[in-house]
Amino acid sequence: MSKAFFVLDDGRIFEGKSWGATGKTFGEAVFQTGMTGYQETLTDPSYHKQVVVMTAPHIGNTGVNTADNESSKIWVAGFVVRNPSTLTSNWRSENSLEAELIANNIIGIQSVDTRAITRHLRDRGSMRVGIFSGLDLSREEMVVEVRKIEAMSGAFLVADVSTSQPYVVPAIGERKFVVAALDLGIKAATPKALAERGVEVHVLPFNSTIEEITALNPHGVFISNGPGDPATMVDTIDLVRKVLLKEIPIFGICFGHQILGRALGFETYKLTFGHRGINQPVIDKNTGTVEITSHNHGFALKAPTDAQFSTVYGRGEVTHVSLNDGTVEGLQLLDRPAFSVQYHPEAAAGPHDAAYLFDSFIDLMSKKAPV
Amino acid sequence: MPLDPSIKSVLVIGSGPIVIGQACEFDYSGTQACRVLREEGIRVVLVNSNPATIMTDPEFADATYIEPITSDAIEKIIAHEKPDAVLATLGGQTALNAAIELFHKGILAKYGVRLIGADVDAINRGENRELFRAIVAKVGGESAKSVICHTMDDVIEGVKELGFPVVIRPSFTMGGLGSGIAFDAKQLDQIAGAGLRHSPTSEVLLEESIIGWKEYELEVMRDRKDNVVIVCSIENIDPMGVHTGDSITVAPAMTLTDVEYQMLRNLSLDIIREVGVDTGGCNIQFAVNPANGRIIVIEMNPRVSRSSALASKATGFPIAKIATKLAIGYTLNEIQNDITKLTPASFEPTLDYVVVKVPRFAFEKFADADPRLTTTMKSVGEAMAIGRSFSEALMKALRSLERKEAIFTWPQVKGDELQELLSALAVPTEYRLQQVQRALWAGATIDEIFAACKIDPWYLRQIQLINEHAALIALPGELSMELLKDAKSAGFSDAQIALLRGIPEDEVRRIRHHLNIRPVYKTVDTCAAEFEAFTPYHYSSYEEESEVRPRTTPAVIILGSGPNRIGQGIEFDYSCVHASFALRAAGYETIMINCNPETVSTDYDTSNRLYFEPLTLEDVLEVIHAETLAGPVLGVITQLGGQTPLGLAAGLKANGVTILGTSPEAINLAEERGAFGQILVDQGLNAPEFGMASSQLEAITIATRIGYPVLVRPSFVLGGRGMEIVYDDSALAGFITRATDITPDHPVLVDRFLDSAIEIDVDALFDGSELFLGGVMEHIEEAGIHSGDSACVLPSMTISAAQLKEIKLATTKIAQGVGVLGLINIQFAIAGDTLYVLEANPRASRTVPFVSKATGVALAKAAARISLGSSIAELRGEGILPISGDGVAKGVSVKEAVLPWNRFRRTDGRGVDAILGPEMRSTGEVMGISPAFGESYAKSQIQAFGPLPKSGTVFISLADKDKASGIEAAAGLASLGFRILATEGTARYLAEHGVVSISVRKNSDGTGPMGEPTIVEIINSGDIDLVINTPVGRGVRADGWLIRTAAVQRSIPIITTTAGFNAAVEGIRFLQSHELSIKPLQEWLA
Repeated sequence: MSKAFFVLDDGRIFEGKSWGATGKTFGEAVFQTGMTGYQETLTDPSYHKQVVVMTAPHIGNTGVNTADNESSKIWVAGFVVRNPSTLTSNWRSENSLEAELIANNIIGIQSVDTRAITRHLRDRGSMRVGIFSGLDLSREEMVVEVRKIEAMSGAFLVADVSTSQPYVVPAIGERKFVVAALDLGIKAATPKALAERGVEVHVLPFNSTIEEITALNPHGVFISNGPGDPATMVDTIDLVRKVLLKEIPIFGICFGHQILGRALGFETYKLTFGHRGINQPVIDKNTGTVEITSHNHGFALKAPTDAQFSTVYGRGEVTHVSLNDGTVEGLQLLDRPAFSVQYHPEAAAGPHDAAYLFDSFIDLMSKKAPV
Repeated sequence: MPLDPSIKSVLVIGSGPIVIGQACEFDYSGTQACRVLREEGIRVVLVNSNPATIMTDPEFADATYIEPITSDAIEKIIAHEKPDAVLATLGGQTALNAAIELFHKGILAKYGVRLIGADVDAINRGENRELFRAIVAKVGGESAKSVICHTMDDVIEGVKELGFPVVIRPSFTMGGLGSGIAFDAKQLDQIAGAGLRHSPTSEVLLEESIIGWKEYELEVMRDRKDNVVIVCSIENIDPMGVHTGDSITVAPAMTLTDVEYQMLRNLSLDIIREVGVDTGGCNIQFAVNPANGRIIVIEMNPRVSRSSALASKATGFPIAKIATKLAIGYTLNEIQNDITKLTPASFEPTLDYVVVKVPRFAFEKFADADPRLTTTMKSVGEAMAIGRSFSEALMKALRSLERKEAIFTWPQVKGDELQELLSALAVPTEYRLQQVQRALWAGATIDEIFAACKIDPWYLRQIQLINEHAALIALPGELSMELLKDAKSAGFSDAQIALLRGIPEDEVRRIRHHLNIRPVYKTVDTCAAEFEAFTPYHYSSYEEESEVRPRTTPAVIILGSGPNRIGQGIEFDYSCVHASFALRAAGYETIMINCNPETVSTDYDTSNRLYFEPLTLEDVLEVIHAETLAGPVLGVITQLGGQTPLGLAAGLKANGVTILGTSPEAINLAEERGAFGQILVDQGLNAPEFGMASSQLEAITIATRIGYPVLVRPSFVLGGRGMEIVYDDSALAGFITRATDITPDHPVLVDRFLDSAIEIDVDALFDGSELFLGGVMEHIEEAGIHSGDSACVLPSMTISAAQLKEIKLATTKIAQGVGVLGLINIQFAIAGDTLYVLEANPRASRTVPFVSKATGVALAKAAARISLGSSIAELRGEGILPISGDGVAKGVSVKEAVLPWNRFRRTDGRGVDAILGPEMRSTGEVMGISPAFGESYAKSQIQAFGPLPKSGTVFISLADKDKASGIEAAAGLASLGFRILATEGTARYLAEHGVVSISVRKNSDGTGPMGEPTIVEIINSGDIDLVINTPVGRGVRADGWLIRTAAVQRSIPIITTTAGFNAAVEGIRFLQSHELSIKPLQEWLA
């Protein structure tokens, strides 16, 4: 184990020990507060170009297995933990976490004060970071390198994570609906949640055209989660507007929610340190019920939460807000079939409280055009 | 929707005395409930018989009834107070059972009172095993295969289906009372038989064995709007087969993937919804098969539980407080998270640390008891520790237990040690984890150990890593920065490192401080630092950044009392909490250090700052260092938390720490026999004669000189351990033979035992010049029964005014001679007309809360102020002490001890003997208060042992030495219309004195030729209402023991001293002619 350094762009440096692959890596430093689900986090494409700090102190205890992967590879740019496990204990485990990180060439760091890092990011906001291990660089040199990388604001990253070819996730049981899912960094749990409800999911590349979508004659269009700044998604936003005009039911999650919001004319903005965890309370403004939800977002939508709003696509309303900080967490159109949430009803990792939203999507599609 | 406006007055039911399975966690939860209700402007009526609780302090409720928790008493309270609602989900199983009884007797309906928190149907669905199984099945979960039984015949049929081993669980009992695992028909008969008796509904569940599976517990909360959150997941290191209360547990769960955790979470949500706990908390237990992940739902508690207290302390989410708010109408999202202030309570805490809880047992007090851990809880307390890694938390937790045996050591491995350890650790006992550690040290593989005990390999690996660190530390060479840092980060204490290096602990500390390796203090904040925390609830870790904030107000550090144990329980926490309240009120900042998760002292609201840390010299010194850097520290209070902080005082002082109040030298003066003896001589006070013997001959010589009976004990143990009263040479010789480790260095103390003396307990305050006599308690049992196990009465009943004067004078002389600043407790005995001093403890005693309740004077608060320089005169001026005079008892208060006999069995499955002696065995106490002794005594008995019978059959068997003192009481019972059964000798004696009785056969006589039953058979058949049996001497005299254990098993009140017998007759006389009265403490003290 060699020395390793976690170097923030404001000059703060934490010293730890190397873990996973060695070398150097860069990204946006974010913290994730889930106590379970590190494997899902690692394989979530939304974490592309982010160096993830896990606040849970023991990581890797249950190893990794194929079934829990959210995509075919590890996406995080770097992985920061307090105590990695040196033994894997779980009946489903197929590999140790460190072996998996090395196989994916993911540079990690361990034995750092992850709580101090988290407090730093909380107070000063997410920022650029580098992890350096096994290298002979001075502190100044490392900081200089970190300051050279691009910031997350303005980053267009979807092309890196989206599928290049369309593929189909077949419905489980009887096929009742066809959904076109725009892959902006989709997690495996989403098509699975739809498939379980009798949906045949056509996962499409991010740059698909409206013609390619309508050719499928889908009952609905799903806009996935994904990495980067929603403001850069100009073409996708345009595409969503076309779908809206065709009155095909739309369901957006996370990045997809931000894109739907922008398509309706709202702005998005960068949160100081984002929401990344699986314990986030969100209230449904119409029913007053609280859902404990899985979050992973650094940007949020600016929309009026106190009353209905009107858009060129008709009236709409914010349906869900965060109880922690009042952030917009969900919206729906009242005159057209479209809704979206900022959080993750597919969970993985996280609680299943919001799984009903997939049923809402099914209802919306049923009303519109039964098979 | 906010507060329900129809609730203007709430009756809160407490949990009664501290017993195994129901300890001070319910004082913590009940205190929170009372606070919340009062903050909401609701009138609080409280019933609890336990005087040692904070919740029964008069300022926590509008009307505090220290009365037995029975439907009779509660009905009277309801009739008088007319509350709108009853809150029973925060007082453990006792409160819940009381509420169910109130419902079934129609009392709630009669007075139009509703249950809040959980309704009877929900409670039933949660607790009735058949209903609960149906619910589990309905939500798609699985229960262990099982059979419900109401008779032994059902049981035998059931086992045919399930096979051995089989788990037996009685319904509606707490702490797993009466449950166990049977491997054969004989064990089945014993356990299921007892289980049927213990269950109020005569119901037991037989269950397929899932021993060795992983065990989890989730703490769940639900509000009226069906919002549900999981507060905490807890994983048991000890797999299925050991009661959760006796298991080492970890939060959060360490060995589940998200997929598996979410399955448990989903099941929990579905179950709480289906059971219908609308407003409040519950916990749900699961077993998971480590081989394939099959999940079995074990049970739920539809109430706040012991685990809820642990979860609250582990997460910073105050379950009881929030459960109370939910019960009066709020929803989770309407309640603020105190710690972050910005976020609501409708979230799930996330931890960036690891919490380990370890149980503390008291097997040494019950020499005959089976030491194996089973599904019946046997531990008497627990310690919790927090660290940034499992090993750090575990090592801290183990040293928090204050038991040498619990702390990992790394001695040279002996030849056949490994095999011995591997077979030993297959059976769960108190020190199994230490056996695991030693086996790994001796070279066992993780697979071998897992095969033997099924502890998850992840934990085994963690322990192996600790051993690897130990091996590195032990290597020759310098204690380098990196080595020391890593060791501290892994949780090693300076003492452990010193042992490994063969150098003194101080030396390790010196090197460490020289290298500037000090702990930092992190914050428990519910949210893994996502939001700023406003509550300074800290724990140590060896990392980079400390979160201790600077301070300007002078602070006082209060050391708590650590894990509950027999002899040091809630009473000491009570005093520490009082000190904190009093000093905060006087303008100081208070800093609490303690490691007991059950207590009010470790509530983050109690003190300005809370450090959840072990009470060892090292850990305490580091906190003091950190706080000294943060701002002015006036000193440390060590006299309120019992022996634990007192034992640290000298070491702290030697390290330059200011000890507030009585100095360590004064403490030593009182404890050191020679020095204390000199004070008594100087002051002209008497003490029983004594001598020290290092051989049998010496002992007998001393005994002959001072005269039998004598009290003998090894000189190197505290708290009455190994103490015996012997009446002749042969018994003395027997004691010496048994106490094998007697050497000139460790002599035996031989004291004159004052037979039939009256024992007196005094609690007093001294400020250097003035003495305030808090209370003079007269013990009901004569001297020789440990004061903690003896009932006592305040005011004293048989002591003359002149004697009281003499007691005050003697107390003053001792306080002055010792140099007390604060509290002192003195035990006296009066034999004939002579006052003897038995011992003096210059600290808060077990009786401080009782005296404070009986007299309305908050002694501990005053003591804390005296420690900081206030005089008694000043405190009188402030109204903390009465304007003049001493503490005056209002009414007659009786304190009775509660004993855990029914928790323990011998390895042969029979009960342990229920006799009192000089060694303390009680776990808790109750108080009865009324205008007269008989009534107060009757009240105390109801809660401690079950109601005294008003009529029926009593069995009397008196030892020869007790016959004379018992005759009056026996005659009394006869005149009250009781039918008396007696063994032959007692019957003859009674007849000689004109008391008619029926002679029955002893057990050793066997059943008679005409089938005449023995007394044990009669007790077992349920025909006896009260048993009086005084023991002949020490040792298991088979007849007496069988009688006593039979009575305990059948929950028949049993009295083992003639003094107790006399008091009981007075109680019965009262009960025959009167209804028990009720009156709130506030009226008594007005």
